[in-house]
Amino acid sequence: MTEDFKKASRNVSQNEGLIFEKSSPGKRAFELPPLDVPDADAAKALGGYFRDEGVTGFPEVSEIEVLRHFTRLSTWNYAIDLGMYPLGSCTMKYNPRVNEFVARLDGIATEHPYQPQELSQGCLKIIKLLEDCLLEITGMDSITLQPAAGAQGELTGLLLIRAYLEKQGNPRKKVLIPDSAHGTNPATAVIACYQVENIKSESHGQIDVDKLRELVTEDVAALMITNPSTLGIFEPRIAEIADILHRRGALLYMDGANMNALTGITRPGDMGVDVMHLNLHKTFSTPHGGGGPGAGPVAMKKILEPFRPVPVLIEKEGGHLTRDFNRPESIGRVKAFSGNFGVLVRALAYILAYGPGVRQATEDAVLNATYIRKKLEGVFDLPYSLPSMHEVVFSDAIQKKNGVNTMDIAKRLIDYGFHPYTTAFPLIVPGALMIEPTESESREECDLFIDAMKSIAHEAATNPQVVKTAPHSTRVGRLDETTAARKPILRWKPTPSRSEAAD
Amino acid sequence: MRYLPKSPAEREEMLAVVGAKNAADLFSSVPEKYRLKKALNLPGPLSEAEIIQYFKARAAENSLGYTSFLGAGVYNHLRSVITDTIIQRGEFLTSYTPYQAEITQGTLQAIFEFQTLMCQLTGQEVANASMYDGSTAATEAVLMAERLTSRRRVLVARSVHPEYRSVLKTYAKNSGLLVEEIAAQPDGTIDSKALQATLKDDVAAVLVQSPNFFGVIEPVAQLADAVHKSGTLLVVSTTEAVSLGALKPPAEADIVAMEGQSFGLAPSYGGPYVGVIASREKFLRQMPGRLAGQTTDSSGRRGFVLTLATREQHIRREKATSNICTNQALCALAATVHLCLLGKEGLREMAHQNLSKARFALAELEKIPGVRRSFDAPFFNEFTIELPRSVKLVNAQLLRDKIVGPFVLGTAYPELTKHALVCVTETINRAEIERFAGCLRVALEQPI
Amino acid sequence: MPYPASYRYTTQHEWIDVKDNVGTIGITDYAQHELGDVVFVELPKPGAKVEAGKTFGNVESVKAVSEIYAPVSGEVLEANADLEASPEKLNSDPHTAAWLIRVKLADPSQLSKLMDAKAYEAFIAAKDKEASA
Repeated sequence: MTEDFKKASRNVSQNEGLIFEKSSPGKRAFELPPLDVPDADAAKALGGYFRDEGVTGFPEVSEIEVLRHFTRLSTWNYAIDLGMYPLGSCTMKYNPRVNEFVARLDGIATEHPYQPQELSQGCLKIIKLLEDCLLEITGMDSITLQPAAGAQGELTGLLLIRAYLEKQGNPRKKVLIPDSAHGTNPATAVIACYQVENIKSESHGQIDVDKLRELVTEDVAALMITNPSTLGIFEPRIAEIADILHRRGALLYMDGANMNALTGITRPGDMGVDVMHLNLHKTFSTPHGGGGPGAGPVAMKKILEPFRPVPVLIEKEGGHLTRDFNRPESIGRVKAFSGNFGVLVRALAYILAYGPGVRQATEDAVLNATYIRKKLEGVFDLPYSLPSMHEVVFSDAIQKKNGVNTMDIAKRLIDYGFHPYTTAFPLIVPGALMIEPTESESREECDLFIDAMKSIAHEAATNPQVVKTAPHSTRVGRLDETTAARKPILRWKPTPSRSEAAD
Repeated sequence: MRYLPKSPAEREEMLAVVGAKNAADLFSSVPEKYRLKKALNLPGPLSEAEIIQYFKARAAENSLGYTSFLGAGVYNHLRSVITDTIIQRGEFLTSYTPYQAEITQGTLQAIFEFQTLMCQLTGQEVANASMYDGSTAATEAVLMAERLTSRRRVLVARSVHPEYRSVLKTYAKNSGLLVEEIAAQPDGTIDSKALQATLKDDVAAVLVQSPNFFGVIEPVAQLADAVHKSGTLLVVSTTEAVSLGALKPPAEADIVAMEGQSFGLAPSYGGPYVGVIASREKFLRQMPGRLAGQTTDSSGRRGFVLTLATREQHIRREKATSNICTNQALCALAATVHLCLLGKEGLREMAHQNLSKARFALAELEKIPGVRRSFDAPFFNEFTIELPRSVKLVNAQLLRDKIVGPFVLGTAYPELTKHALVCVTETINRAEIERFAGCLRVALEQPI
Repeated sequence: MPYPASYRYTTQHEWIDVKDNVGTIGITDYAQHELGDVVFVELPKPGAKVEAGKTFGNVESVKAVSEIYAPVSGEVLEANADLEASPEKLNSDPHTAAWLIRVKLADPSQLSKLMDAKAYEAFIAAKDKEASA
C-alpha cells in the first residue's frame, strides 16, 4: 500500500480508559430541578427494600468528561458516514438524517403506547401508511409491524404458518432450509418447534428443484427461501418452487433480507411467496446503531391474515384508526406495545423521500455490485457464475495459494480505509468474500474500493505477510479472542485497594 | 434523487463497463413475467421540508399539550441532551454489529460499560449486550431457566405485565412449556401460599415482576428462599429500572430480565427500547444474546471483542440458545450514556424524587371522597387506586381537562374495572398533581 | 504427536484406551489441530449413558462447535473436571492429560469395529492427501 492511497490517511486517535476509571466521588454530570413536594422518608416508605447507599460502583463524573469519553470512543469506530461499508447481507446504505429528526419530534417521540386512541391518530396514521407502502412493495395482502427484528419476523412468520396448518388439522413437522441460509432461519425454526431439514444447493448455488420435489412430503410445513439467495443470485424458478409446496399443502416463507435487490423491480407476492419478513434496518435505511434496533415487519397472503399478532390496526368509517384486540385465531403477541415505532417512523420517512423512484435505488445497488464484480473478476475467484443482483460473492481460492485467506484480506482492507466485506459466509462457499456495496456509493468510491482490492491481491501474491498480519493502522491489532473466550471478562471490577487486598 | 450519488452520465458509463444496454438488463435473471410493468403506487417523492411537514402534521394529531399519568411499563423521565448528541454521532449511529473488533472498539467498549452498569444495578454477575425489550427479555429468561433445569413448568405471577405474559405464552405455546399463573394476595404481591402449594420439583422457574404491574414491590429475597427449595430458578422482571436507584438489587434472583427504557429512551409510542438479561456466571453458557469481553491485542494493549459467540445462531444455527441477531445496541448506548451522566448521586436523587412525588400524589388523591389505595405493600412511583366508578368514564372526563388519566386496570384484569394504575415521575410538577387531583374530584362529583 | 499403539480410534477422530472393561475416551491430535484453540468443553455427568456412534458432548473453539461421538456404548463413570478451567490442555496434551470421560463398557465387542493406531494413521494420511489435491 502506497502512502498516498487516496482513501485513507493517518489521524491522531485519543486514548481513553473505562468511564469507571475516571470516577471520583462528588462529581456529577446531571442535575434535577429541585423537588417541589415534601421530601419522602425513603427508609420509612420502603422499609427493608431500601437501597441506602446508592448503586455501588456507579461512575461519578462531570458532563464534559462524559461527552469526551463517548466522543473519543466514537472515533474508534468505522461507520457508513466515513465511507463504503460493503458488508454482504447487511445492506449498509446511507441513513438519512431527516429520519432521525422526525423520529425525535415532540408529538412523535413523546407519545405513550397506552394513551387513548383519539390522541394517537397521528401515530396510527404513520403505522397505517407504512403498512400500505410495504404491502405495495411486496405485493402481499396483509402485514404486521410488531416484530422487533428480522429473526423475530421469521418466528412470527413460522408461527403464522403453524397456526394456519393447525387449523387445517396438522401443523406438520419439518421446515426445509437451504444450506446457504442465514443462521437465524434454522434457529428460528427450532423455536417454532419445527425440525430443520437442510437442503443442499445444486452446482449453480440454487435450489435443486427436482430434489425439492422429492423432499416435500406431508411432513413439511414450509420452505424458508432467501431470494436473491445469500450468493446474491435470483432464484428464477421461485414460482415453480411455490407451486411444488402448495400442491402438497406446504407454504413458502421468504427471508426478505435481500429485498434491496428487488424493490420496485418485482414483488414476492406475485411469485407465490406466502409470507415474508422485511428488515427495515437493511432495505429501508434505518440505522444499524452498532447492532440495533431494527424492525422486522411480516407481510403475508390472505390465508394467514386471521392469525396475525394482536393488536391489528383497522380503519373505521371516516378514516378513524383503531386497534382490534379481539382476534380469536391470533398467534398472540410477539412483543409488548406497538413494535419498534421509532424505527417505523424512520422507514416511512425513507419511503416518502423516494416514492415510486425507489426503483432507481435498487437499480443503482445492483449496478454497483455488478460493476465491482466485473472489475474484480479474475483478480478474485468467482465460484458461481450466474448474474449477481445487489451483492457479489467471491472466494479466496486464488490468494489461498499464498496462505492468505478471506479474513486476512478483510483485515487488510481496513488499512485502505474501508470496512471489510462479510467473511466466510455463505457457508457453501469456502473462504467467501461477500460484497454488498448498496446504492449509496458513488462511482468514485466503488473505484477506490476496486483499487484497494486489486492492490491487496497484488500484496497477497508478492508480500503475503503484510496481508496476514493486517491491520497495521488501527488503534489495536488483532485481538486475542481465544483468551477472551477461555477466561471471559465481561464486566469491569474495581481493583482492590491496598488495605482491602491485605484483609 | 438526493440520496443517490450518481450522475446520469456516470450511470451510462458504468452500465457500459458491465455490458448492459440499460438498467433493465441488470435484472435479466428475473423472469419477464414477474417484472413490474408500472411504477409502484407509493406517496412521494418528498423533499426534506415536505417530510418534516408530514410528520409535524401527524404529531399535531397526537397528545401534545396533555399531562399524562400513564406508566404501566413505559415511563417518562428526564433525559439530557448529551445522550442524543452522543447517539447521533455517525460513528455510533451508522456502524454495524462490532464483528470487526479493530474498527469497532468504540461500540465494544461502550457495550462492556453497559454490561458493567447492568451488573452493578441488578446485583448480578454477568449481563448481556441487550435484548429487544423487557417483554422478550422476560420470555428469553424463562426459556433460559427451562434449558438450565430441563423442566417444563413455569409459574408466572399474574401481577407481571399483561403484555409480557402474552409474549411468553406466544413463545411457549408450541414448545410444550406449561405456563401457570399465580394470583396476587390482598396487599398486591404474589400469593405466597398459592405459590408454595404449586411449587414442586418439576417447576423450571417462577417469574415475578418488581415493582409489579400494580406498582408494589415483591419480596424478592424471601421468594428466592422459597423457590430455591424445589431447585427452581427465580426470574425477576423489572419494567421501571429507575426503581433500582432506591431499591435493593434483586441479587437473590437467578436471572433478572429488565426493561431499560427509563434510562434515557423516549416513550416513542412503544419502542425501540432495550431489554437486558443479567444472571449468575455459572449460567453464562445458556444466556442468549451477544456479549462483549475484555482481552488484549498482539502488543498487549487492552481491547474488547464479542465473545462466547458459539452460543449464537450464526454459529450454532438450529442448536443456538436463541434466534436473536439484531439487538438494541444504540438504545443500550443511550442507556449507558444516560447512566454515566446520572452517576451514583443522580440516579439516587431521581429515584428519590419519584418516590416523593408518587407519595404526594397518593396523599392528594386519597383526600377525594371514595378514592382509596387498592394494595398496601410498599410501592415506588406507581400505585393502584380504587375509584367509586368506572375508570374509563372518569378518564373520558379528564381528557376534556387535557389530562391523560391513569392506566385502566380493567382492560387487563376484568375484576379491577374500578381500579387505576397511577404513575408519577420526576417530570410531573406539584401544580400538575394538584390539578389532576382537582379535576378527578370534579369528575367524580358529576352525575354519571 | 505419536498415536499410542494400545488405543483404538474412530473415523470421527476419537480415541479409546480400555483397561479392565473401563474405557478412557479422548479426541486425537489430528482433531485438536483441525479445531484450533479449544476454549470450552461440554461433557456429560457421571451416571449418564453414552451410545456408540452418538454424540455425548462438544468442543468449542472461538468460532466453531464440534460434536464428540462415543466410540462405544456404556455408562459414564467420570468426566475430566480439569478441562473446565483449562480447556487449552486439549490442544497441548490430547492423548493423555486431556482425556474427556471414562466409561464402563456395555459391549466390549464394539471395540473390534474401531481402528488401531496404524489404520488410523493411514486414514488421516489419506484425508490430508485428499485435502491437498
